[in-house]
Amino acid sequence: GPLWERPLLEVRLGELHSWISTCSFSPQGLLGAVQRAWNSYCARYIHVKQGGPAGISMLLAGYCLLSYGWNYQHFKRHRWQKYH
Amino acid sequence: MLSRLVLRAAPAALRALPPPVAVGVLHTTRPLHTTQQSLAPVPPLPEKGGEVRHGLIPEEFFQFLYPKTGVTGPYMLGTGLLLYLLSKEIYVVNHETAAAACILGVIIYGIKKFGADVAAFADKLNEEKLASARAMKSESIETLQKAIEEEKKEQWRAEGRSYLFDAKRNNIAMLLEANYRERLLMVYNEVKKRLDYQVAMQNLKRQKEQDHMIQWVEKSVIQSITPQQQKESIAKCILDLKALSKSAHAAV
Repeated sequence: GPLWERPLLEVRLGELHSWISTCSFSPQGLLGAVQRAWNSYCARYIHVKQGGPAGISMLLAGYCLLSYGWNYQHFKRHRWQKYH
Repeated sequence: MLSRLVLRAAPAALRALPPPVAVGVLHTTRPLHTTQQSLAPVPPLPEKGGEVRHGLIPEEFFQFLYPKTGVTGPYMLGTGLLLYLLSKEIYVVNHETAAAACILGVIIYGIKKFGADVAAFADKLNEEKLASARAMKSESIETLQKAIEEEKKEQWRAEGRSYLFDAKRNNIAMLLEANYRERLLMVYNEVKKRLDYQVAMQNLKRQKEQDHMIQWVEKSVIQSITPQQQKESIAKCILDLKALSKSAHAAV
């Protein structure tokens, strides 16, 4: 279909620029995008008859990565070597 | 999820119509399953979720890298990334690393050992819920079908009402006939009684006349016999007797 209706995974790398220009960055648009992303994630990994550990483990892994990123400045101080 | 979306969208859609049409749509002429998006039946959940390798990385990533790097591409990418992070100490190894390793080990051991059992238990719970819902549905369907059969039987029974009316008509005709004959008999008996009375009256009258006449004749005869005639008749009888006795003696 047309460019602005396709989900992100079906957009080719060359068209990524034009795709970003078509999406709305208003609060409503962003909220809608977040909600759509969350709904698609839930529909794919959580609301299934036979889910596995994958659904929650991906969320937990994302949480771990995010918290590591937020506390990176604190971890930088506990490095083992000074020069890499 | 989709059902909840549709349920949230429905009131907005109904409010969009002009009020009388919305009211009509709600109350009397509610369209059932005419539009594309209907409230029921809700589409069933998919059987399995998206494929995930090692519990963390979705399969699409491996498929995405396969044309360019083959099967080992993502693994090489992962190893290279890990070594880069460690060597540049973008990921710092500290006490939390040890803790995370232990926790992950325990979690993976637990999942590998008890995963199947927990999954089977959850499936059993789901099955029970579904089975109870299905049982309710089939029960209500059965009751409705039984009601349909009963209704059909009642309709068949109602067809026989002509026989019922014929029987009733026959009954009434018989009652009328019986009544008529009863009254006929009564009339006959009454008339016979009256006629018998008349006959008895006539017989009685004749008998009384006869008796009276006999009596009168006897009385007049007895009266006409004077005493002298009586003596003469007695003397004649004695003479006759004597003559008879003589003839009798002579015969012997």
